[in-house]
Amino acid sequence: MNRAFILIALITLAGCSHKQPAAAPAKAIAFGSAMVESSGGKQIAPAGTLLPQPVVVQVNDEQGNPVTGSAVEFSGPHGVVFDPANGTTDSSGQLTTNVTLGNGAGRYELVATTYDKSHKRIDLKLQEIALDYQQGLGLKLNQHYCERCHNSESTPERVSNLDNLDVKPHAFTDGDYLNKMTNDDLTSIISHGGPALNQSPQMPPYGYTLSKSEIQALLAYIRAIADPPGFGGGLTYVQR
Amino acid sequence: MKGKLLRLWRQLFGNSIQAFGVVSLVLLVLLAIAPAKNHFSEWRHYQHSYLHLIRDRSDALTLRRHFQGGIQQIWLPELQVVDRCTTCHVGLKENSLVDVTEQPFTKHPVIPHKLDEFGCVVCHRGQGPATTVSEAHYSTLAWEQPVLPTKYIQSSCGQCHQDDLPGAPLLKEGRQLLAESGCLHCHTVQLHGIALQPTDAPPPLTDIADKTTREWIYAWMKDPQAYAMTAKMPNFKLTDDEARDISAFLIADSTPLQADTLTLSQKSGDPTAGASLYGESFCATCHAVQNAAGNVVGGNIGPELTRVGNKVKPEWLQAWLQNPRVYDSGTAMPHYRFNDQQLATLSGFLMAKSDSDLLSNVHLDPATAEQIKHGRLLVMNYGCASCHQINGIKKPENFAPDLSRIGSKPINQLLFLQGMPHTLPDYISGKIKTPRAFAAGLKMPQFTFTPEQIDALTTALLSFDDRSRTLPLSVMVAHAGDSNYEPAGKAGQLMKDLACFSCHRINGRGGDLAPDLSLEGSAVQRPWLEAFLKSPTTLRPALIRRMPKFNLSDSEIHELSDYIMTVYQSPAIDRDSMPLSGYSAGQVEQGKQLFYSKYGCQACHIVDPKADKGYIGPTLTAVGSRMNAAWIYAWLKDPQALRPGSMEPKWQMSDDNARALTAYLMSLKGSTKQVAKK
Repeated sequence: MNRAFILIALITLAGCSHKQPAAAPAKAIAFGSAMVESSGGKQIAPAGTLLPQPVVVQVNDEQGNPVTGSAVEFSGPHGVVFDPANGTTDSSGQLTTNVTLGNGAGRYELVATTYDKSHKRIDLKLQEIALDYQQGLGLKLNQHYCERCHNSESTPERVSNLDNLDVKPHAFTDGDYLNKMTNDDLTSIISHGGPALNQSPQMPPYGYTLSKSEIQALLAYIRAIADPPGFGGGLTYVQR
Repeated sequence: MKGKLLRLWRQLFGNSIQAFGVVSLVLLVLLAIAPAKNHFSEWRHYQHSYLHLIRDRSDALTLRRHFQGGIQQIWLPELQVVDRCTTCHVGLKENSLVDVTEQPFTKHPVIPHKLDEFGCVVCHRGQGPATTVSEAHYSTLAWEQPVLPTKYIQSSCGQCHQDDLPGAPLLKEGRQLLAESGCLHCHTVQLHGIALQPTDAPPPLTDIADKTTREWIYAWMKDPQAYAMTAKMPNFKLTDDEARDISAFLIADSTPLQADTLTLSQKSGDPTAGASLYGESFCATCHAVQNAAGNVVGGNIGPELTRVGNKVKPEWLQAWLQNPRVYDSGTAMPHYRFNDQQLATLSGFLMAKSDSDLLSNVHLDPATAEQIKHGRLLVMNYGCASCHQINGIKKPENFAPDLSRIGSKPINQLLFLQGMPHTLPDYISGKIKTPRAFAAGLKMPQFTFTPEQIDALTTALLSFDDRSRTLPLSVMVAHAGDSNYEPAGKAGQLMKDLACFSCHRINGRGGDLAPDLSLEGSAVQRPWLEAFLKSPTTLRPALIRRMPKFNLSDSEIHELSDYIMTVYQSPAIDRDSMPLSGYSAGQVEQGKQLFYSKYGCQACHIVDPKADKGYIGPTLTAVGSRMNAAWIYAWLKDPQALRPGSMEPKWQMSDDNARALTAYLMSLKGSTKQVAKK
């Protein structure tokens, strides 16, 4: 009687459990002594969405050579999803994961963890930025109107104009400079051009082209991506 | 046992007074259940926590004043919204709570709609009237609509907005992918009575034997992406025998075209000449090629050409290059006017683009009648005719499930893969990711979408839900859509032949690669237009996709110029209202000052190639021989009015300044030598 009861209870419990068994952590066959970021840090994506590029980390030994087969585990604040969440490094010592950010806008601190020979924990921290609706709109406006001059990175599809200007425009990530400017200052220079703040006329006025809410969106975006973060730089989510 | 119970009974109900007391007590406890349940409810707990949270803040007084206890409700009968979410999510409208991350107390991010006008579930789904966390957020037996993951939130914009929203890029991408990846050839999507139309045009296979070999068809069908990394055709995971039989059928079913059979010398000419002709003709504007580093470089309007030599027959290629419209009247490829020498050079260059490994393992015995018959059966079974025109096979109707309401598909009608979360978004994205994994014998092919593209497609599909059908028409925003504008007459024929609409937009129809030409007649001077059509030059320094040289005849150029100059005009601009030259030196000088100092135009434009470096706008060295003065003036006053979305901002320029700048720009005629050369 008792045994049957336990059996039923077990079956019921098993049936109720919706949780998936957590994937078994990858087994390490080699150990490194340091971990570096190969690519994928400091990316910007709308909250809750996939980062445009995967995050790639690399495990190295003492000599700085890549280590194949060491186990790496990714973790992050609540809501962040890694695909895959863990694995072993490939022949070039790297592990790649696709990252979906959490639902709130702000900075997300991601951690990649591996262990060295003596089981000492090695953590690598990366930061990604999630944008809310308004900031995402600002990102789009930036791509259309601003970044040809304000971003020094050139691609064949989008050649940067930054180096062609007499006074080099500040990158929107330039927190050291932009954090000192008030919202009113930024709004003013976007709306009325460089001369509004006694700066280069090569920054044209966009106040008659963009609507008030569009300029606000742009401002929200600039504040969201400042590095280092400034006022209104938003929240930083770290793992609890 | 029995004796014990009897004793208890006697103790409780021994006499009537005692019995009355006990019954009253039980009744009291029963009566207290409801108020106790209310008192210990989740929402009360959250409201208490909220008050606790705001107690020590500097803005506590304001927040306390805004706070309303009890069950809160947003009731919008028109939208069928009864949302009590704000009962627990108390801080949604409090902008000062920007630093709070703890749910349910965060503030709502800034969006274009007011919470009180749309409620919560219109965008977030979930169960609005519920007052417990689990009933509101998750699916229950009685309610299957869980809260939508933020990842797909843009799908909710798509319930009302059929137009493209700048703030919903994922939705836009998903809709685009849906239309151009072939989904709509098999699946139907009806929105408010209008069926969505695919924008891609898979090639007809009616004369495929003219174009390619059975071996190539075999290899292609086995793995399209092995031939071209960017190939759009999905992988049908055919067995060797299936690919053998389908290729046998397609070749046997093909009927030769009555096209001119070219008898060109097969001498390919030298490869450097071929490469430079490929470059000059700006083939790369539409076609991509994989370079040595493995990167695919070039446009995506036409197919990738990395291994085109493995695919096409040389005589077909030459005939195609001579006039593609003979083979496919709707092709996006322009009809270049190549001479025989050029045809031989270019086709030789392209035929050399091949990979000896691609077909080396394909050895097919001659097709038997049996195989051809079986191939036909397979073609019908896989629905090939949904996308491709095939002789003797009709496009199947309703070949794949209708997706018009996929966004509200009940979960109990879905079959999930093992280990997959039981939610609709997970089902849809899983189905796009690995369609054949869901059951044996499924026909949907394997696509090569990136994870981001799968999210985009899922977002678009989730927007086709029941709510979008029940919302009042007053909140619907229609999609403008492409017009079906057709230019008239001989010039119209010519424009069709040159496939102008593949890149240019005119009167609401056409591509967005090149400038909109709807007002071109007002903008440019006729001699410049004629010279440009004869030998297109690049106006923007940093452009890599450029206008090809079509080798037009003089009479064709006249025909086109006549049409453009007379038909494509803005009613607001009188071309003759300002002269093309003869501005006073003083005015020109004043304009130059304004150009370089006040407006800093050299930031984006080049007038003096030695001094100016601006890479963004068109080069203006000879703008006085290119544009009309009246256009320049109107442009300076309001660029967006002439070309919406132009990067050049509106300057709020005074009439005097605009006139002076126009005078200066019109004085820039370019070197006479340059003009003569054109």
